[in-house]
Amino acid sequence: MTQLIWLTIAFPIAGVLFNGLLGRRLGHRVVSVVGPLMVLASFVVGVGAFADLLARHGEAVNVPLWTWAAIGSFEVNLSLLVDPLSVLMVLVVTGVGFLIHVYATEYMVHKDESGHAHPDRDFARFFTFLNLFIASMLVLVLGNNYLMMYVGWELVGVCSYLLIGFWYDRPSEEQAPIDLGEGAEPVKLPPLLSPAASGMKAFIVNRVGDVGFALGVFLIWTTFGTLQFADVFSQVPHMAEAMPAVLSWIALLLFIGAMGKSAQIPLYVWLPDAMAGPTPVSALIHAATMVTAGVYMIVRSNVIYSHAPGVSMFVAVIGAVTALFAATIALVQVDLKRVLAYSTVSQLGYMFMAVGVGAYTAGMFHLTTHAFFKALLFLGAGSVMHALHDVIDIRRMGGLKNKMPVTWLTFWIGGLALAGFPLMSGFFSKDEILAKAFEASPVLWGIGVLTAGLTAFYTFRAIFIAFHGQPRDRHLYDHAHESGPAIRFALVVLAALALVGGVLGLPAFLGLPHALDSWLAPIYATGEHAAAAGEHGLSLGLELGLMATSATVAVLGIVVAYFFYVVNPAIPRRMARSLRPVFVLLANKYYVDELYNAVFVQPGLKLARGMAQGVDALLIDSVLVDGLARLVGQIGRQVSRLQTGYLRHYALATFIGVLILVGYFFLR
Amino acid sequence: MINQVPVSYYLLLGAILFSIGAGGVLIRRNAIVILMCVEMMMNAVNLTFIAFSRYLDSATGQIFVFMVMAVAAVEVAIGLALLVELNRHKQTVNIDEINSLKG
Amino acid sequence: MEQTLFLLIAAISVIAALGVVFNRNVVHSALSLLVNFCALAVLYFMLNAQFLGIAQILVYAGAIVVLFLFVVMLLGAELGEKVTSWLTVQNGVMAVLAVILLTVIGTAVFESVIQGARGDFTPEAVQQYGQVQLVASALFTDYVLPFQLVAVLLSVGVIGVIWLAQRHQQSSARREFHD
Repeated sequence: MTQLIWLTIAFPIAGVLFNGLLGRRLGHRVVSVVGPLMVLASFVVGVGAFADLLARHGEAVNVPLWTWAAIGSFEVNLSLLVDPLSVLMVLVVTGVGFLIHVYATEYMVHKDESGHAHPDRDFARFFTFLNLFIASMLVLVLGNNYLMMYVGWELVGVCSYLLIGFWYDRPSEEQAPIDLGEGAEPVKLPPLLSPAASGMKAFIVNRVGDVGFALGVFLIWTTFGTLQFADVFSQVPHMAEAMPAVLSWIALLLFIGAMGKSAQIPLYVWLPDAMAGPTPVSALIHAATMVTAGVYMIVRSNVIYSHAPGVSMFVAVIGAVTALFAATIALVQVDLKRVLAYSTVSQLGYMFMAVGVGAYTAGMFHLTTHAFFKALLFLGAGSVMHALHDVIDIRRMGGLKNKMPVTWLTFWIGGLALAGFPLMSGFFSKDEILAKAFEASPVLWGIGVLTAGLTAFYTFRAIFIAFHGQPRDRHLYDHAHESGPAIRFALVVLAALALVGGVLGLPAFLGLPHALDSWLAPIYATGEHAAAAGEHGLSLGLELGLMATSATVAVLGIVVAYFFYVVNPAIPRRMARSLRPVFVLLANKYYVDELYNAVFVQPGLKLARGMAQGVDALLIDSVLVDGLARLVGQIGRQVSRLQTGYLRHYALATFIGVLILVGYFFLR
Repeated sequence: MINQVPVSYYLLLGAILFSIGAGGVLIRRNAIVILMCVEMMMNAVNLTFIAFSRYLDSATGQIFVFMVMAVAAVEVAIGLALLVELNRHKQTVNIDEINSLKG
Repeated sequence: MEQTLFLLIAAISVIAALGVVFNRNVVHSALSLLVNFCALAVLYFMLNAQFLGIAQILVYAGAIVVLFLFVVMLLGAELGEKVTSWLTVQNGVMAVLAVILLTVIGTAVFESVIQGARGDFTPEAVQQYGQVQLVASALFTDYVLPFQLVAVLLSVGVIGVIWLAQRHQQSSARREFHD
């Protein structure tokens, strides 16, 4: 199966062609089969490659496809790299992707009261883009060089743009102000961007990061003379001694790309707005796969980052700050999907903290478990939206556990995993990250633990408000219903994965097998990783203590949320009233969007407008384009006077010309 | 056999005939006469070709003259046909009365 | 003896050439042209190019001049210009230009040394093999491609003249073009 790995990309592309060209004509039922089937086929191929790799003990294999470009010594061979890391990503992308495709076949169809199915107007287009995304993501993770990674990087960006703006004709929405009760002035919330504007925002913010990524790739090329991973990494140790500054710049520029793609400070602003897209998109692209591309990239480039300790620390700090920052915003969001979006930003921060302190395996572990439980949470939120006719404001929900037991149960499992409840998948991965962070710096660990507490709190705040207590909107509640089999299937499978995903990385210090660690070992720089694993810095007692701390914090967060939102719902309001400035600041997301708008967007628009009116309209259009045309016209009019139409004048001109030529050649 | 006439005489005669032809093209207004003058210029060139052919003992000059004759024949035929057609439409062959090419 | 003959023929050809240019009657111009061509044919004979001399008489004198006379007959000799005096400023300028050209070429003729590889087209070879045979062997071996092209050119000329000379049914598009 290894040599056939290209099929994993070919299947979704076939799906793109089929759904894109014929989907509209064949109707939503055919598309519902073909779309998920292609991803399933990819997944099967991926499993085959996984089995092969297992038999080979993780030895990497290059699968050459063809030479894409050969310009002088610059040669880009289109090759796929099958190694533990890429296969892990392939399995996550196609596995979670398949479940989400299945989910979307139901989600994108609305049933009316009489049970008639109304597929979305652009059902086929949706699956076309979704398949295209899977193919792009696989190009990103399977490429064996930075150029293919960059191509995939851009392609997933395009798919993200296309899917966020999928409902491009929907307007922007106002959010109802938060009522703090008892005569206090309600807190106004900023309006939500329209899908089209959100897509644009995501694309442009990503572009900022992509410029950094592209520059990083250029710098790799000029420094190493190659873009192949294997060739680059083999030269890194030598280069680290020769010119460490260049290596740091490469690492930093690549990380700027990761900031954009993986929504880290300061380029995280697009991800919450990306929730304007359909929920399966939020689950697949903006939680499980695409946003983790940055983490994948850093793990892939672990040789570079482990030789650039300064940048690695920077990555860890950015990750930690982002984790805390986003978690605080998530505390007060009233939009269920936005709570999850900020939670995603926060969890991505965790992953960067992990890879920043050199715990690449822990990063990948959290990436995998996060893909399971965050996709699950988004799909659960989508299930709620589906039942409530696209209402997403948690203030209008309540008591839904009676109406939607499956969704409620699976959401709970996802929430527990996200919160890091003991023995759930998220617990192991988060705990591993925190332990590694403690090794690097207790400050990072402190931030991580604080964030973990906040995470548990805001997750269960949303759960308690939405699923427990009394229904707040009777009408909505009465019409709510459990979702159909496709949605339930995806939810249950993901819930199972979120429950048991932790077995991939059981804590090694307890003598349990850490499957992921031994699996990913071949991708790390030989020697160093073994050394790092050998000098395990923390004692067993300390490890256990850290584990107990994070478990306690998680449980504490859940308990506080229960106390606040189920036992005594008056407390949070009272707190919000007494800490009103903080509350307003959080509700407005620290005014970062407003700041960017004032500092970057408006000046940019002014500059563009000035360019359009001044440079383009005046200089280019009037002076250069029209001016040249006028000039040519004038010259032509003048010169045309030479054309008298009289033959003798032409003859005379010819004669004089001949005279000059003859004179020159004969008499020179 | 020693040729007593130096080659430069022939060349000079060719130059004289060529210049007369050229002058005729410029001076005359009757298109038919202009065509005649063009023929004369070609003949002047032919003369120099043959003179060189004789003095360099090469057949190439003669071949060239042969080609020029063919071209001249075609040229005259087409040129005169054009003049006939022109006369049909404009009732003149005076080149000063024709200026449709004026820009 | 030969030099005298050359000078005589040269004088005739120059006078005939001037006659072509300065005859008011087109028919007389055509006849002067005939004289010019014949004089040149004589010079060709003197230059050992008998084949071309005959061809000159056949093609130029026999065909081209006759063609000119035909056209003059068709169109009428009185067509064209009415020359009152040759001594105008314009003609003077043109004549001066022609003289300058002559001066330039003449200077070049006397200044430059004629060089070049001697070929095998010697009088002896001509004596031995014959003029026409030698020219023909060159024409059909080394210059066969130009020869073919000339044939094509002649065909094109024939077809073109036939097309031009036939009376066209004037379509509206053509009339528009001419008006």
